[in-house]
Amino acid sequence: MLLDALPLAESSNLLAAREQMAFTLAFHIVLSCIGVALPATMLVANYYGLKKGDGRALELARRWSKAMAVTFAVGAVTGTVLSFEFGLLWPQFEHRFGSVFGIAFAIEGIFFFLEAIFLAVYIYGWKRLRPWPHFWAGMPMVITGIGGAFSVVAANAWMNQPQGFTLNRAGEVVDVEPLKVLFNPATGYEVMHMILAAYMVVGFLVASIYAVGMLKGRRDRLHRLGLVIPLTIACIATPFQLFVGDTAARGVADHQPAKFAAIECIQETGTDQTEYLGGVCTKDGVKGAIGIPGLDSFLVGWSTDTKVTGLNDIPAGERPPANTFIHLSFDTMVGIGSALFLLALWFAFAWWRKRDIPQTPWFLRAVAVSGAGAIAALWAGWIVTEVGRQPWIVQGYMRTSEAVTEAKGIWFSFGLVLLLYAGLGTGAVLVLRAMSRRWRADGTEEVQSPYAPPTEEVV
Amino acid sequence: MSKADAAAAILWVGATFYALFGGADFGGGFWDLFAGWDERGQRPRDVIQRSLTPVWEANHVWLIFVLVVLWTAFPTAFSAIFTTLYVPIALAALGIVLRGAGFAFRKSIVGLRERRAMGATFAISSVLTPFFMGAVVGAIAAGNVPAAGNGDAFSSWIQPLPLLIGAMFVASGAYLAAVFLVGDARRGGDAEMERYFERRALGAAVVAGAFALAGIFALHSEARYVFDRLTAEGLPLVILSLLCGLALLVVLLRGGRRLLRPLAAGAVVAVIWGWGVAQFPYLLPTSLRIDQAAAPDATMTIVFIVFAVATVVVLPSLALLYTLTQRDLLESEH
Repeated sequence: MLLDALPLAESSNLLAAREQMAFTLAFHIVLSCIGVALPATMLVANYYGLKKGDGRALELARRWSKAMAVTFAVGAVTGTVLSFEFGLLWPQFEHRFGSVFGIAFAIEGIFFFLEAIFLAVYIYGWKRLRPWPHFWAGMPMVITGIGGAFSVVAANAWMNQPQGFTLNRAGEVVDVEPLKVLFNPATGYEVMHMILAAYMVVGFLVASIYAVGMLKGRRDRLHRLGLVIPLTIACIATPFQLFVGDTAARGVADHQPAKFAAIECIQETGTDQTEYLGGVCTKDGVKGAIGIPGLDSFLVGWSTDTKVTGLNDIPAGERPPANTFIHLSFDTMVGIGSALFLLALWFAFAWWRKRDIPQTPWFLRAVAVSGAGAIAALWAGWIVTEVGRQPWIVQGYMRTSEAVTEAKGIWFSFGLVLLLYAGLGTGAVLVLRAMSRRWRADGTEEVQSPYAPPTEEVV
Repeated sequence: MSKADAAAAILWVGATFYALFGGADFGGGFWDLFAGWDERGQRPRDVIQRSLTPVWEANHVWLIFVLVVLWTAFPTAFSAIFTTLYVPIALAALGIVLRGAGFAFRKSIVGLRERRAMGATFAISSVLTPFFMGAVVGAIAAGNVPAAGNGDAFSSWIQPLPLLIGAMFVASGAYLAAVFLVGDARRGGDAEMERYFERRALGAAVVAGAFALAGIFALHSEARYVFDRLTAEGLPLVILSLLCGLALLVVLLRGGRRLLRPLAAGAVVAVIWGWGVAQFPYLLPTSLRIDQAAAPDATMTIVFIVFAVATVVVLPSLALLYTLTQRDLLESEH
């Protein structure tokens, strides 16, 4: 048909499928972070509210749970889209390896199920369940969030460092060792990195909303608590994240030298490698970067004598594409992570000295942009993982080009997905803003404790 | 029973739960669509929304369960289905997005115009999604999915049988929903709505039954293997479904309220298992047998463990959710 006439139809299917997958994942990953980390955040507020009899903290927990009802609903459908896409875009990947990495998703199904159930009990139980049972009904979500993140990220870690299966001569999987699949060498650091990222994204994002409110002059107790609770959680996670991220980078250097070389723009294998910040990667080296001689080797092996593989030792057909993009994404992630660490230090210092947030609008401004920053860092990190693994879908075993569908019209479906998700994103933001306006209109001065007996209806 | 057969049974259990609970959710959307304009439709829409709100996401997870078990335990069947039926599958996915978003947003926005638009999105996609899912199932039963995949993207499902099964899915969902809503309206003390959904349950039962009957004729001409087994090994289940359906009609016509839900569920469950028995031992009649498509043993073991854990942990949790809902301990509005 028409599409067959295009000479690029075949290869451009791969590009379209990759773009669609990347876009839908980028959209979903933010929502899944909220699903992983918001429950703990609202339960902290809930616990504090119940222990101290603080109606404002309870009101915050209630509002966050109502917001999560929206993000979870959108996340449930975008997550469903992803599981359809595994078959619609990458059928050969499922065909060959579904029996291996599907294990992780089967386990994830249980966590997702439980999260959906207890979220419903928690969200819709504010009025009619007793306070402490209601609080405890929320607790399973903290565990299911972590368990769900473990399962999904273990599957991704397996794509980076596949093991635990036996192939026959025809390349078919004939035996599987589930524990080896789930606990591959990348699982530990990828899972930790993702869970901490989720807590950082949610903590900074929620805090940034209240920081904006405070900058607009709403400096009541509700806003203060709404800033301090999530910000504290995010700031505790941040130093751990720097440590885990550093470990992860060394893991990548050991196990995925091609990805590491792309991250650091290393052209020639050797010792005493320069660490480049920014710049453009070319065959003749990095242009326009700040170089710190020897630091890259030092970071990999604690000595400038550490030998680091360069792209010259990677076969031409196995080098990651878009080197500069990967390199800059990595720098973006590390740069934002470091900036957030400084913000955490600032907050910790002020709290230690005065039991209060720093009394300058600059602090609020920094918090106000920290949410967007954390999301940008999340995306950048995910780009490093995924684009850095290319051209492989399963490192060393299957190329992404072998996995892609032969179906026609992927560009069309990508276009449709863009439109659909634009509507979905806009709708979610509008709904959340409308909820927030409604809460404000109800009056922050006389916030009702959510557990108070219903005023108008008696059932 | 081999490990592969057991895994196929688990797949069918998941599909059964999805057909019952997910199907009833779709049916709720169906009645929402045909509830009439704002004022006339207000009361039935309220009943539907109250009954759907706390449970629709949990109900939806059964679909994920089915997908994941299919691709993990039977990866070759999964890729064969997805490379052949990608058009109706993508349309069903589109419907799922629109439906979920429409429902979630409708609840949370105040403006009448926006609510109406979101409500319409939810309702229309509630009809289209099960239709395309039914078309997928019909195409599989008709043997239009080759084991190697990449079957024809259109002629594989634009045939009388798949389209008929699609229509039957919509009708069965509407039937289940109407029966469930009779109970929910009764619990809410709304006698008028109780009668309203009672009439619709009757109508939907007759229509779903008619589609099922027509489906059997279409099976005869398009899916001979499945037809032959359905009328032999599967016959007891067909009769069971018929008896449940007839008993439900009798109870409804006599104004009874007992056993409505079990009878409605029984009619649907018997059809699903009848289909399973009729396909056996094929996953894709008649090109791919269950044992040919099966993943290695160790993977099957994980699927069994996951299923066991789901039975021990997820089902009681679901029961808790449904109990809290039925006792009105969960609200439905923000």
